[in-house]
Parts: sequence; structure tokens; C-alpha cells
Amino acid sequence: MDGKAPTGRRAVHATALAVASVAWLACAPSPETRGWECLAPAAAGGGWDLTCRSVGQVLSELGLARGLVRTTNLPGAGGGVAFARAVAQRNEDPNVLIAASPSTTLRLAQGQYGDLTVDDVRWVGAIGAEYGILAVAADSPLRSLDDVLAAWLRDPSSLVVSGGSAVAGQDHMKMLLLADRAGIDPLRIRYVPFDGGGEAMTALLGGFVDLFSGEASEVEGQITAGRIRVLVTFAPERTEGVLAGVPTARESGVDLTWVTWRGFYVPRGIDDTRYRAWVDVLEQVGRSSEWERARASNRLQPFFMVGSEFDAFVQAQVEDFRRMSRELGLIE
Amino acid sequence: MDALSSLAGGFAIALQPLNLSLAFGGVLVGTLVGMLPGVGPINAIAILLPVIFVTGLPPESALILLAGIYYGSQYGCSISSILLNVPGESSSLMTALDGYAMTREGRSGPALATAAIASFVGGTLSIFALVLLAPLLSQWAIDFGPAEYFALVVFAFTALSTLSGTSAVKGLASTAFGLWLATVGLDPQSAVPRYTFGQIQLLDGMDFVVVTIGLFAVSEVLQLLEEGPVGKTGRLAYGRVLMSMRELRETTATMLRASGLGFVIGTLPGAGSTIASFLAYTAEQRIAGRTGRFGYGDIRGVAAPEAANNAAATGAMIPMLTLGVPGGGTTAVMLGALLGLGITPGPLLIQEEPDLFWGLAASMYVGNVFLLVLNLPLVGVFVRALALPRWFLMPAVTALAFVSVYAVNGTALDLVLMTVFGVVGWGMRKLEFPLAPVVLGLVLGPLMEKNLRRSLALSGGDWGVLFDSPIAIALWVLALASLAAPVVIRRMTTPPTPEGS
Repeated sequence: MDGKAPTGRRAVHATALAVASVAWLACAPSPETRGWECLAPAAAGGGWDLTCRSVGQVLSELGLARGLVRTTNLPGAGGGVAFARAVAQRNEDPNVLIAASPSTTLRLAQGQYGDLTVDDVRWVGAIGAEYGILAVAADSPLRSLDDVLAAWLRDPSSLVVSGGSAVAGQDHMKMLLLADRAGIDPLRIRYVPFDGGGEAMTALLGGFVDLFSGEASEVEGQITAGRIRVLVTFAPERTEGVLAGVPTARESGVDLTWVTWRGFYVPRGIDDTRYRAWVDVLEQVGRSSEWERARASNRLQPFFMVGSEFDAFVQAQVEDFRRMSRELGLIE
Repeated sequence: MDALSSLAGGFAIALQPLNLSLAFGGVLVGTLVGMLPGVGPINAIAILLPVIFVTGLPPESALILLAGIYYGSQYGCSISSILLNVPGESSSLMTALDGYAMTREGRSGPALATAAIASFVGGTLSIFALVLLAPLLSQWAIDFGPAEYFALVVFAFTALSTLSGTSAVKGLASTAFGLWLATVGLDPQSAVPRYTFGQIQLLDGMDFVVVTIGLFAVSEVLQLLEEGPVGKTGRLAYGRVLMSMRELRETTATMLRASGLGFVIGTLPGAGSTIASFLAYTAEQRIAGRTGRFGYGDIRGVAAPEAANNAAATGAMIPMLTLGVPGGGTTAVMLGALLGLGITPGPLLIQEEPDLFWGLAASMYVGNVFLLVLNLPLVGVFVRALALPRWFLMPAVTALAFVSVYAVNGTALDLVLMTVFGVVGWGMRKLEFPLAPVVLGLVLGPLMEKNLRRSLALSGGDWGVLFDSPIAIALWVLALASLAAPVVIRRMTTPPTPEGS
């Protein structure tokens, strides 16, 4: 048969076209801009994405937002693409929130967002958190933080730590701070980065590393299965849920907390009234029972801080990270 | 047997009207959006996520819907690979080689039908493997450390030699180009940016979609432009719609072998369907030997990667559900959805959530049947898209390329890069450099580099770690055999034929 199609060819073409355009529409960005928008600086399914979607949903449930809050995924450069977008193109947009976490402040501190700084946006607040943890395999001879520190004191390079973030990223930084606070040379700690917490955990289970640095939510399934043991959490006090029996670093004698807060910033260029309105909105979300439920189902611990208090917290955190990174020789 | 009675319970769940219709809807949506390069399935699932959370679907129903989209899109990707030479995901890259060659010969119908049947076979067989072997395989995934990954990737690269076409040097050059592209971005081991020239968009490296659409789709359009508005080849022909009994017989063994290989490799966290489809293709190419026309429209070249990537998609469920390790972009989104639904991946998931696991397994079987029933009749429709006049089809492909690439990261830089890669691809075609090794280098390069450096970091710089386990040693032996095989075979057969120009 050559190119001459049978009768009904037009109908078939139309079908093919319709099929193609339906598929196309499914992923074309909507031109709708009137409602609120939450920018998730990562691909769908990641932490920032879930922050946007769960808070957006609560905003709609509470009737605080006009209609549905749209989540836009803008992945790239560990949040740098979204940060740059907020500064350069959306600076005066009153309807956009951008999800953030310590990953944002860490990168800002290390200058990974180019010339952009913490003062280029306004920090609204955080309404949930996870806490860092240190875990070993179930059959590990290490039974407490003391055991780990003792081993490190003898020889800092005797233990290998896996984590889901790159060198100088969050999971690495936790270990550096831990060593530093315990009086051990952080530069000699051996950290091997993996692609995400799941892979880093798998390396622990396979016996390829001795320690795992991560987040509470990453270990839950393995804890209930009894395959790993969490030695310590970096929470200010005992956490809810399966880790309630695990001591904090403070209890174990090292003054270290690692709060993986989930929060938001907005563009710098909006006026003060609008900024206060955002703070107010986030406060209402944070205190609602709807958020309480969403927070629990997202495995987040209670953490609430908004407005100027949060702004000061973020500034201090960036300063802290910068000092630490400089001391460690990670930045100049 | 215990697993089989559990599976029967799973069928009771999967065959409930709600779940049945969700599986059907998922497969349909997946196939449609899968035809869009790269971003289709991920965005479809992302769009559906809030809907799932709001409607309060039970977790097993939600997962059934998402899984339907996932493997539906695996098939959808093969459609654009075969018809337009645009592989939407790295796992359908190998399908494009012979699939598109068949299209050029006017055999797009049999190619699409083979893809549908191979996907069905790969999907169905691997579900049985999933049911019977899931607990065993999660342990194998754990034992597979950085050194084993490194050996696996090296083995994959040795198989590349068979893809090089007329000149081994050109094949190597293409691979090297791909490996170089793979180094662009932030180095995770030292946090140092490489080849980013101060562009923060480049910190994440070269996106697969940008490079592939540029090299394949844009360069194709450029090449067709040279041939004029009507074209010089008779590409509008589309011939038979279904495959013949002979073709089916010819590909049966291929499908079976590729399904097994695909499933085993798919269960490795992070390695996934790209390596699976690639190794299945090259293995079949070698098994066929001189009887094969691989690269020039051999139907087994479509059957092998398609059976393998669907089997791998099923296999990838094991690390996702038991270890919380996603096998790729789409499974990462599904994992996020699971967490959002309050399901914790872990070794106990199968015991703790039997409805979820067995319901999913059964629905995957049902979904594969839907996929076949839905797609075989549609082959005729898809094939006729080729009969669209070229003055319409080519601008449409170009527009689609731009939209898809922009949708990935929403940055204009990607559009510029895509265009550059289009011109590069056009030049490479003129000079007869193969394109596929570039993309394989880009996809496998980071996996090779990261795992080598991880192995050495774990051992404290001792290279012996690379040969420390039985799995790693077996893979090294395979790699050596793969390098030696062509030489040995050439020696054994009568005088080598001079290299064609």
C-alpha cells in the first residue's frame, strides 16, 4: 500500500491529532495566573513538591486562597533556578510562594546560587520539620552515640558515613557539625554521597558503610522491620512516633540540633502589607487542625515559626552554615 | 502455594469495578502522555497527585492508577521512538534504532505491534517473577554495591562496540562525546562545578531530554529539510498493520530472554530500564550474529528492548517498595505519592500491606492485558499519522520538541542547547557518527563515575575493592568475554571480509 489512504482517512487523521493534542494539553502549563501559585524548586514527588501541595491543599480547605493553589515545579540547581526566578522575574508578584528548607539556606551560605543572597527574598515562615538522625545496621557493634564518638576519637577515618546529599550538603554537614561539636577533626570524617536517602540506606543495609546520616522519615520502614538502629536524633527534644525511644544528641552529651524545616519565602519586591498578609495566612494554616492532619500524614514533626522571628532564624542559620563551611574549607 | 493464594486475593482487589476502571484509565492516559518525549508520565502523575489526595482513594487504588500510567507510558514512549525517532525516555532509546529503521522501510505497523506484544510479554512474565521472587530479590539489590555497579556499567560499555556501525573509531568518538557531556554539572563528590561556565542552570548537568530531542528529533527535521518539502524517499507508505506469524515466531525466544534479563536488571535500584534494554538489545544482536539486520530494521531489535524495559519497570517496583529507592523519574514521583498516602516503603510492606502489594501485582497483570487490547487496534491509527503531509508533520514535530524541552525545566537555555544539539546531530549524521552511543554515554557515564569513586572512597583508595565480590568478578568476566568475542569469532570464521566503506 502506498500513501493513498482509504476513505475515512480524514477522520483517522483527526483522531490522531486529537490524541496528540490531549496528550499535549496534559502537560502544557496553564495560562491561569489569577490564583495563588506555589513554586516547588524540585521535580514532582520531592520534599519541596510535597510542601507546596500539602500546604496548598490546606489553604484551599480553609478557604484562605482564591480557588485552588497551583503548584509549579521548577527544578534545577538545588533550588537555585526557582530562587533566581523569584528574584529576577517574579520580584513584584504578590501571588507566589516558594517552598524552602535548610537545603536552600545551605546553598545560599555556600554561594551556590551565584551572586544571590538571603536578602534577595523575604522569609515568611516554617510550619513543620523533620529532624536529622544517625543510624547503624541492626548487627552493628556500635550501640550508642558514645560508641561512635569513641571510635572517631581513636581514628576519625575508621568509620564511613553514607548520606543522600552531595559533599557539603545537608547529610554531610550534620556529620561535620557533630564531629566538630564533639571535638573531633571534621576534615577527617569519611563521608560518601549517594543519590538520595534510599540509596544511602541501601548501602548501610548492604554493609558497605558503617553509619547513615539522614532524616527520620527515610528510616521508618527499616526500623519497623528491625534492620537498622537509630543511635541518635538531632531534635531539640524527643520526637513523636517510632523514634520516641531514641535519645537526642543533647541527651547524649553533644549540643547539636538539625532541624530540616519546611517553609516558604516570597519575592522581595512585594509591599509590607502583602508580606504581613502572607505571614498571617501561614500562621492560620500552621495553627489549623487541617494542617495538623496533613503534617502527620507527611511525617513532619511540629515546628512553627513565622514573620520576623523566622527571618532572624534564617539569617542566623545562613551565617552559621557559612562560618562552618569556611572553617571546613568547603568555601573560601 | 502461599504466594499464589495471595495473588488470587490480589485479583479480587484488582477486579473490583473501581480498580479495574482506574487501571484502564491509567493505561490510557499513560500511553497518550508517554508519546510526549520525556516529561509525559512524570507530569501526568504530578497533575493527578492532588486529585488522588483530595478524593481520598484507598492507597491500593491510587497505586493501581499510578502504576497504570507508569507502564502505559513505557509503551507510549516506544510509539514516538518508532514513528518519529524521538525516544522519550532513555529506556526506549534502543527501540528507536530498529523501530525507526522499520518505519523508513514502511514497516511501522509490524514494529508497533511487536512493541505492544513484547511489552505485554515482558510485563506479564515479570509480574510472575515479582510475585514469586520479591523477597529474594530485595536482598540481591542490597548486595549490589558500588563496585558491582561499576563493573555492570563497564560491561555495558564493552557491549557498545556492537553498536558502532561501520567504524569502531567513530563509535568510540561518539561515546567519548557522551561521556564528556555527562561530566557537565556539579560534581557530587567534591561540590565543584564542571563545565558550567557560571550558568546555574547547568549545575544539574545536561538533561537527557534536551540532548536526545536535539540529537534525534531536531537533526531529523534538519535532514528532512534538505530533501525538500515532499522528500525523496517514499516514507509515506505504511504497509501492513500487524506482524506476521513468521515475525511472531522469530521474536518469541528474543522476548523471553529479554524479559528475564530486563527483570533482573530492573530490580537493581537506580540502574533500571536503560541498562536493561541496552543489554537485551546487544545480547540479541550477538545471538543473531550474521543472520541479523540489527540497526537496519531487524524486528528482534524492537522486541528485545521493549520486552526488557517493561520487565525492568516491574522489577523496579521491588527496590521502590522494599527499599524506598526509585528506579527513575517516574518511580520517584510514585514514591512521593506513596509517602503522601501514608505508606512507608520497607521490607515489611508486603506483609503489612498485603492488599496494596498483591492488588498492585494483580492490577499490573490486568493493566498489561488492557495495554495490549487497547494498543493493537490503535496501531493502525498511529501508523496513519505518518501519512500526514510532511509540511504539517515536520513543523508539528519541531513545535512538540520545543514544548517538551521547555516543560522539563522551564528555562530558555534548554531550548538553545537543544537547537545546538540538533545542529551537532545533523553534522554527526553527515559524517556517519552513530548517535545512540552519545546518549548512552550521557546516561551511563555518571553511573560509572559515581560508583567508581564511591567504591574507592569506601575502600580508602584500594583498587582491589573492584574485584572483591563474586558478583563483581562475574561481571568483569562477562565484560572481558564481550570484548574478546568478536575477535575470537572473526578468527574462527574464514577470511575476514574487508570493512565496508
